[in-house]
Amino acid sequence: MDGFSKLFEAIDGTTKTNAKIDAIASYLDQAIEADKLFAIALLIGNKPKRPVKTTTLREWVADYTQLPLWLFEECYYVVGDLGETISLMISQITDQDSDSISLKELFELLVELQKYDVEKQREVVETFWKNLSGTPLYLFNKMLTGSFRIGVSKKIVIKAIAKHLNKEEKNIEHQMMGVWNPLEHTFKDMFPLEGLEVAHHIPYPFCLAYPLDIDYDALGPIENWFLEKKLDGIRGQIICRNNELFIWSRGEDLLTDKFPEFEVLIHMLPAGTVLDGEIIPWKDGLPLPFSVMQTRIGRKNLSVKFLKEAPLIMVCYDLLEFEGKDLREEPLSVRRKLLEQLIADLVHQDILVLSERMHFDNWEAAGEFRDNARNYHCEGLMLKAENSIYNVGRKKGGWWKWKTAPLSIDGVMLYAQSGHGRRANLFTDYTFAVWDGDQLVPFAKAYSGLTDKEIGSLDRWIKANTIEKFGPVRSVKPIQVFEIGFEGINESSRHKSGVALRFPRILRWRTDKEPKQANTKDDLLQLLKLFES
Amino acid sequence: MLLEVNDFGLYCKQADVYIDPWRPVKRALITHGHADHMRWGNQYYLVHKDTVPVLKVRIGADVNFESVSYGEVKIINGVKFSYHPAGHILGSSQIRCEYKGEIWVVTGDYKLHNDGLSPEFEPVQCHHFVTESTFGLPIYEFKSPLLIFDDIKNYWAENQKNKENTIILCYSLGKAQSILNQIDENTDNVFLHGAVANLNESFREVGYNFVGERITGAHNKDHFDKSLIIAPPSVLGSAWMRKFGNYKVAFCSGWMQLRGAKNRKGVDKGFVFSDHCDFSSLNNAVKMSGAEHVYVTHGYETQYAQWLRESMGLDAQIMKTLYSDEEMMQEEGKETLE
Repeated sequence: MDGFSKLFEAIDGTTKTNAKIDAIASYLDQAIEADKLFAIALLIGNKPKRPVKTTTLREWVADYTQLPLWLFEECYYVVGDLGETISLMISQITDQDSDSISLKELFELLVELQKYDVEKQREVVETFWKNLSGTPLYLFNKMLTGSFRIGVSKKIVIKAIAKHLNKEEKNIEHQMMGVWNPLEHTFKDMFPLEGLEVAHHIPYPFCLAYPLDIDYDALGPIENWFLEKKLDGIRGQIICRNNELFIWSRGEDLLTDKFPEFEVLIHMLPAGTVLDGEIIPWKDGLPLPFSVMQTRIGRKNLSVKFLKEAPLIMVCYDLLEFEGKDLREEPLSVRRKLLEQLIADLVHQDILVLSERMHFDNWEAAGEFRDNARNYHCEGLMLKAENSIYNVGRKKGGWWKWKTAPLSIDGVMLYAQSGHGRRANLFTDYTFAVWDGDQLVPFAKAYSGLTDKEIGSLDRWIKANTIEKFGPVRSVKPIQVFEIGFEGINESSRHKSGVALRFPRILRWRTDKEPKQANTKDDLLQLLKLFES
Repeated sequence: MLLEVNDFGLYCKQADVYIDPWRPVKRALITHGHADHMRWGNQYYLVHKDTVPVLKVRIGADVNFESVSYGEVKIINGVKFSYHPAGHILGSSQIRCEYKGEIWVVTGDYKLHNDGLSPEFEPVQCHHFVTESTFGLPIYEFKSPLLIFDDIKNYWAENQKNKENTIILCYSLGKAQSILNQIDENTDNVFLHGAVANLNESFREVGYNFVGERITGAHNKDHFDKSLIIAPPSVLGSAWMRKFGNYKVAFCSGWMQLRGAKNRKGVDKGFVFSDHCDFSSLNNAVKMSGAEHVYVTHGYETQYAQWLRESMGLDAQIMKTLYSDEEMMQEEGKETLE
């Protein structure tokens, strides 16, 4: 683990992207072959499951350190990270290190540990605690608590592997798609030195768009652009190859079993077809609210009745592969023509729908549509250059997303909770309320939207204006008003306010407003009436 | 009770004096020169002799004061006061108060680790022990500062290899001097922020000499080549940093023990270096005092007092004071939201 610990320290010790890439690449240059893939798995967050319950772990730590459990809990609140708390409490100050386990062995052991009985687990864990210190100890505890993370994006890892192998990034990115288990692969078969072998179930890297942050006049004539609605479902890829069907989400989850509706496609789509689109509940030519999708995803067993109530389709945006040929380098206009043809040829089916091309006379008209997107059951517009290729990942220029402005409401902060990791020991998770008569009713939680500076001063305010403490949560004086933005609103019986918001976040800290000037529950219900998606 | 807290500070009624008052009073006994302990506006200050330069720089040259050496006894209306090394910074003292056989010790801020400069903490037996608890949780265990100094020197050498300057952010009173104290006096590549330089100059009059050249407006990028720069944390993110071109910046604080705190700072490196006690030092200090009554002030006072009651069976209670922790204040910036 020594090499991997050094890599962790190197990544941790810099904020510069290039230094991180270099550190990973040079680790790969030096690491033993067997460790490489495990390191990559850990770097991109593909880690072994937590083998021990955290409540059990806490008790072990208390026993091991001979400290009361309550003191451990207090420490945990301050540190905000279980693995780190454990490490700090049991660490021996001297840097004596009898670590000889390889990364692969450790990974395998943690997987193996899941099968042991509790007493045996404890014995193994305590042996590690005795023998490790410093970074290896920290890494061990992070893996033990199932919360190992490292400050690199997948992109950085891809760049590093490309550098190590002297290959093109986009090939590496493709080879890394999907779910893979380092215990079942080797570095060599994931990244063969010759050719670009990718297993047939693996999706293409999704082409992503940046939010439009330039004036639309700079985009040139609107005729050069393909415009379509931006929908709020699950972006996915349908792959039909070798008589098998695979459905992948943009988050690279394999969802084939969740969506039995699509099974029939295996008999319809020509071999070697890959579609990109939005999987979305759909009835009578219109999307159903996203909440329908959420309940659907959460279900283990899909009854016939339920499938009828929330039938899914894919609104197809793009054709990435046709008759086994990779089309991603073709211009959009060509891919679109083939897509139109493909869908037209599929008769007697209603699960693949062509994404409608939106025509506007000019950008102003498109802008007006975008401003009122909620009335048209979408989040805004996608702008794609007619000649754009299907890029790997997010590249500027070819595609833009042009979302409508969020809905917003002013709420009063009621509760605050300390965050985790970088935000540990800092109050960063807030609950907001609206007025219902002279009562405040919570309606949203939000974690993001403030600058670090604002978080800092709000943190101090919270500490000085706490009414009550409940573990990591504090109730605060109802004084601070925040403008909360959100993408959608739906009825909910699970929330006191009667509504559930989609993607709530803080837009602004309204220091100019008195708590009395915050919005009311009626205002929320009004929005619900207008915009229930 | 010989000592009690009122609106002005920690008060000794019998002697009519305050220890580290937070509002102006007639007579103030000061444990050390940090701003939350030595405040402006008192009519009289009693300080350790090595605190005098700080008193003059920070409170004023014309201030009314007396100074004492460690162990020297000063009797005020029958109460025997003496100052004893607290190991926190130069001149930092625990204040011992004795009246009719009852002995109190007020630690101020303190540490048990030797930093090579501040006289080492001296255990003083007492009945009533007033202790800080800045790092009063078992997640805080600090290495000896002497080992940290080696780490800092290695860090500097490593950055020199990469042709980078090294900026060390630390409190300008205390850590700055103990770090400089470890650096060869013939080194001519050490530079100081004005706040550090001012204090160093004032310490010269009581016989301390620290290396380093004051950075002034006349300095620009060309003056710094693989240099070591010592500055207070407030410079982080300011335009002043641009003088140094290519640099690495490290922050010295006990809070650097936590990854979250370090990452929030956005520095290249965190050195876990504090002028306060870690958890086991606090426990040792309490034991060595022999006190049965312990009053826990600024820090994790609730948790630490409970710990003392449960683990040592002492009469430990929270003493509400207005001392903050200078490391915390530095970390979070000083602006507050009203």
